[in-house]
Amino acid sequence: MIHPNSPVLLEVRGLCASVNGIDILKGLDFTVRRGEVHAVMGPNGSGKSTLAKVLAGHSAYKVTAGTAKLDGQDLLALAPEARALAGVFLAFQYPIEIPGVANSQFLRLAYNTLQTQRGQDELDPLEFDDFVREKMKLLEMSPEFLARSVNEGFSGGEKKRNEILQMALLEPRLAILDETDSGLDIDALRIVSSGVNQLHHRDKAIVLITHYQRLLNYIVPDFVHVMDAGRIVKTGGKELALELEERGYEGIGAEHLPEHEARHRAQAVAVAP
Amino acid sequence: MSAALQQLVNQPYKHGFVTDIESDVAPKGLSEDTIRMISAKKNEPAWLLEFRLDAYRTWLQMQAPAWPNLHYPKIDFQAISYYAAPKQKVKLKSIDEVDPELLRTFEKLGVPLHERMALAGVAVDVIFDSVSVATTYKHKLAEVGIIFCSMSEAVQDHPALVQKYLGSVVPTGDNYYAALNSAVFTDGSFCFIPKGVKCPMDLSTYFRINTEESGQFERTLIVAEEGASVSYLEGCTAPAFSTHQLHAAVVELVALDNADIKYSTVQNWYAGDENGVGGVYNFVTKRGLAKGVNSRISWTQVETGSAITWKYPSVILRGDNSVGEFYSVAVTNHLQQADTGTKMIHLGKNTRSTIISKGISAGRSSNSYRGLVRVAPTAAGARNHSQCDSMLIGDQSGAHTFPYIDVRNLTARVEHEASTSKIGEDQLFYFAQRGVSAEAAVSMIINGFCKEVFQQLPMEFAVEATQLLGFKLEGSVG
Repeated sequence: MIHPNSPVLLEVRGLCASVNGIDILKGLDFTVRRGEVHAVMGPNGSGKSTLAKVLAGHSAYKVTAGTAKLDGQDLLALAPEARALAGVFLAFQYPIEIPGVANSQFLRLAYNTLQTQRGQDELDPLEFDDFVREKMKLLEMSPEFLARSVNEGFSGGEKKRNEILQMALLEPRLAILDETDSGLDIDALRIVSSGVNQLHHRDKAIVLITHYQRLLNYIVPDFVHVMDAGRIVKTGGKELALELEERGYEGIGAEHLPEHEARHRAQAVAVAP
Repeated sequence: MSAALQQLVNQPYKHGFVTDIESDVAPKGLSEDTIRMISAKKNEPAWLLEFRLDAYRTWLQMQAPAWPNLHYPKIDFQAISYYAAPKQKVKLKSIDEVDPELLRTFEKLGVPLHERMALAGVAVDVIFDSVSVATTYKHKLAEVGIIFCSMSEAVQDHPALVQKYLGSVVPTGDNYYAALNSAVFTDGSFCFIPKGVKCPMDLSTYFRINTEESGQFERTLIVAEEGASVSYLEGCTAPAFSTHQLHAAVVELVALDNADIKYSTVQNWYAGDENGVGGVYNFVTKRGLAKGVNSRISWTQVETGSAITWKYPSVILRGDNSVGEFYSVAVTNHLQQADTGTKMIHLGKNTRSTIISKGISAGRSSNSYRGLVRVAPTAAGARNHSQCDSMLIGDQSGAHTFPYIDVRNLTARVEHEASTSKIGEDQLFYFAQRGVSAEAAVSMIINGFCKEVFQQLPMEFAVEATQLLGFKLEGSVG
């Protein structure tokens, strides 16, 4: 939801990044305010997942120019774990398997690390078990997932639910969901989307990276951005996604217009009650 | 390798200090005279001197084994001192008389000889360089007929038992290092559990090399009579010297009918620095004889130290229905080399053995599993299950598996499973994205990897092993 005068949460300016010496992001501008839901769309190779990984601090991606600030703080100066503790969460497109480590152990370690950071008490295994089972209901996950190794042998849909479970535990300020909808059947899509919607809050923001309009029927974005060749080339409201579905990326015109975003926000605020 | 991971694996060794204590050190060099000197210092009976001299003459005819996957310069056996002992003015009557400097050393190592061990209910024998300096709980154990003392004392006080079993599992000429040990061993632990007695507490020996250029050659002998059982723990550390110390121990276990021996080791000898300077050369022969029917011998080892580890704790399954087990975690970092594994020799009917080996290699180290499963024609119905898992950290370390399987009975069943995995950047990034540091992530992954082995350790040891591994690998990931 777009709220008038909502503070800026994430501000990206002129961001350029490369991987293995190949430039992927080429001067990306992007502003997310608290309470907003943004969808980032675009053809394969346009840099959507790179944007997610750069913001999360993956070491394979080198930032070559530009800035990214979270609540005014220089995000790029922080180590990946510090970014996470500052409230940046990435739901992985391909969640990583960690054989031998029980999911419950992993989830509790992540949760307790954050608790320590917040100056709050850690939860012991029994307390955590009660706490996590409550959160699992949100995603209609069976408690048997706690005893299994992290993501090992999980189906695509189970992995994605496990990602959103982590989002539910960690309550991030900025959640970036990288193709969380891919590989989900209709029922799983509904469950995951409903979970995400319940976690959304006016102090937090969500960035959805997706190929498909159908996700946006469940999680309705305030903004839709189209990426191409490492930049955002078009910004609009949720109707832009429908337009894309109908006409394809070729059909919408791809000149880079940073003022799109400001214009759309101004219009939205104007119509807000 | 990332910087965080690098730093994580490369923590300094915390047991590297040297105790300033007056020692009685024999001149360097090895000859029949050296052996006679050791034997005389220990006031040994003639048969034991003969045992030593016989071993020495055999050793002179032998060559150091060339088959291990280990590379090191030839050891100069004349450059080593074969006897080093803290000077004690009088024979000790109780632990309170031990040199306070020595007690402080063991406190520093986390082996308090007083209260904590008393609370933990563990009886400890402490070997400092060549001699045993203290054995706790001796009298309490004696009440149920258990003998737990240093090997030197056992030779004086229980010569018939020592003579009966010494060399009965590992003969003097068994291998190069066992022969050397048989010639020059200076002390060690002796443990005898009589018929029907379940040892009421864990027995423990703590080994410490303190003198530079000395070798440690200890000899441990554990005998469990019919229906007896015992759990035995062994820990070891050494100061950080730039030279190499030689450790060539022999451990023999004998289990009679229905007896049960569980032997656990956490080995943390000094491993040398990141360039491979210094560190202990650890050439150890450990073997158990499951002699009686339904007997059981179980080895659990956590090997983290030493520049070189050459060690194959084995079980000869002679009694029908006897059981042999080997649970191992071997961690190597920097330029450490380990060639370790086990031998399970099935002779009796329906004998069973289990091998679970976990090798973790970081830095530029090399970690090899070498194991033999032999089923003799007499071992009808024998079964073995082996599982060898390797984990690589970084991209410059090596993991190798050399399984030897020799089955001569058609009713036997032998299974071998192996896997190799790697702690990847992606796994660490996943943890980091959830706010978890590389240290905590590696520790959790490694503990998950080693779980099946750590479960076999007594609880205090399991905690120590977990911490040790975290410490050991600090800085290695990335």
